[in-house]
Amino acid sequence: MSLIDKYPQEVKKILAKYPPEHKRSAVMPLLYLAQRDEGYATREAMQEIADMLEITPTDVASIIGFYTLFHDQKEGRYRMQVCTDVSCAMRGADQFFHELCENLQVKVGETTKDGFVTVEEVKCLAGCDKAPLFQIQGENGIEYHENMTVDKTLELIEALRKSGKEVK
Amino acid sequence: MTHILLRHREIPDINKLDIYRKNGGFEAFKQVVTTMKPEAVTGVIKASGLRGRGGAGFPTGMKWSFMDNKNWPHYVVANADESEPGTFKDREIMERNPFQFLEGVAISAFAVGANTAYVYLRGEFWQVAAILDDCIEAMEKVSLLGKKLFGTDYELKLYTHLGAGAYICGEETALLESMEGKRGQPRLRPPFPPSYGLYGKPTVVNNVETFTNIPMIISNGSDWYKALGTADSAGVKLFSLSGRVKKPGNYELPFGTTFRHLIYECGGGIINDRPVKAIMAAGASSSIIKVDDKVLDTPMDYASVRTLGADLGSASVMVIDDTISIDWVISKTVEFFKHESCGKCTPCREGNYWMMHVIERMKAGEAVEANTELLLSVAKQMQNKCLCALGEFATMAVVSGIERFPEDFTASSIGGGHD
Repeated sequence: MSLIDKYPQEVKKILAKYPPEHKRSAVMPLLYLAQRDEGYATREAMQEIADMLEITPTDVASIIGFYTLFHDQKEGRYRMQVCTDVSCAMRGADQFFHELCENLQVKVGETTKDGFVTVEEVKCLAGCDKAPLFQIQGENGIEYHENMTVDKTLELIEALRKSGKEVK
Repeated sequence: MTHILLRHREIPDINKLDIYRKNGGFEAFKQVVTTMKPEAVTGVIKASGLRGRGGAGFPTGMKWSFMDNKNWPHYVVANADESEPGTFKDREIMERNPFQFLEGVAISAFAVGANTAYVYLRGEFWQVAAILDDCIEAMEKVSLLGKKLFGTDYELKLYTHLGAGAYICGEETALLESMEGKRGQPRLRPPFPPSYGLYGKPTVVNNVETFTNIPMIISNGSDWYKALGTADSAGVKLFSLSGRVKKPGNYELPFGTTFRHLIYECGGGIINDRPVKAIMAAGASSSIIKVDDKVLDTPMDYASVRTLGADLGSASVMVIDDTISIDWVISKTVEFFKHESCGKCTPCREGNYWMMHVIERMKAGEAVEANTELLLSVAKQMQNKCLCALGEFATMAVVSGIERFPEDFTASSIGGGHD
């Protein structure tokens, strides 16, 4: 189903933010919309966005390639991205990250066997005073979780699993 | 001290429009729209000595006065792409005191004759963008945005725009490219945004904290603001304190407060009461300051920090104690900049790649002394050759770290010491 059929109000609202002659500005918000269901932008969605904004699908793909929050491939239902930059690492983020990976039996960038969570490192999240912290990217956008421990994180993953949403 | 920026710490629920208005909110916006000429508003900000809080410290009023009045429309864009490791101040403002920030944006828009303003937030601030969208809707409902504001002909629309994970978009011309729906890569300058900005139109780009000062300056006057801080650096600053301190967080202090006060009075001192070894005052982009008593007693303002061979930048003070080795610190900063280099200019793209490569060799214990020299040489060759400040930033910790802490770059010390 196309974006315009599925989210007519949202598309309209996004396009209204920018001057009509500069509608290319809508490419990023439209990509977020496209990622809402599957966690990545499908080829069909990229083509549709390109047509809507009168740019080429290659232009759209170059945006996906440049920005870390856009994806053109299916990964886990949730992407858990842990900040391991210098400030956070001085407060135990590296250790947290490695223990978490061990517990979930994944390596950096891998997805759990059931396809539920992809665990990644991420660059600064602007939460250095509340490390260790991570963001979860899923169908409801992006959520921060701060001052985390491995136990609290595993509990959170369990809660997400139980929230009744089946893995596609 | 009573806060000027972090007013939510004294006034609960200031993030609700009616509470914000009960505490004088939007009076400054009303005052400028109904009683002042745009250039007079710019004059007040100029006289206040307010300098940009994103890191560069450029005088705000002067930036506004550069707007090209022969080319219309004008735009105002708030830089909410806060992504510097060690910086987390704009997020607190937008989450807890959002209307004061938005009022600052609105006043700026009036001052430069813009009828449209955008807030460009980093993509990770998804929840913050939702907060601001709600605030904007609340403002529209009571006619603080829209047409015929306060019965005048002035109109203003405000929108949020989410980035998608790219540190480089904090650089103002890369931010504008990104807003135009392109890859976030810096433009060649000049022309600067006040003559060629968003969609090629004159544009003011300011940091969130800069905007948040503005309603208070209008309400209380430029002399009041100037009396805070130092001659060179007027007003108050948000210091994001992180690293090995007991109480990390944001602290609003007048410019000129000492590092010692920030670290020990505000931050509660160092974890396990260890000594401070080094400070990075501007996040990962900093030169690393070797700490002694004189450094701790140095006032934090733009000019004084420069005497230490470093910059205050966005005032993201990362504190390093003696459990941390500087070779580890620079391996972290270089990893960051290698990831965030946009790839447009060669010195930054290749230089960061090679710095990372050399650091990996050093970590493996390969010819540590020779590779340290090579690393220093690569960093110095990048300096003054990059298209934007990011390339320069990437070299700061490397050069200062190796030159000021040679003992952390020997075959026996490398790879050791971090908690």
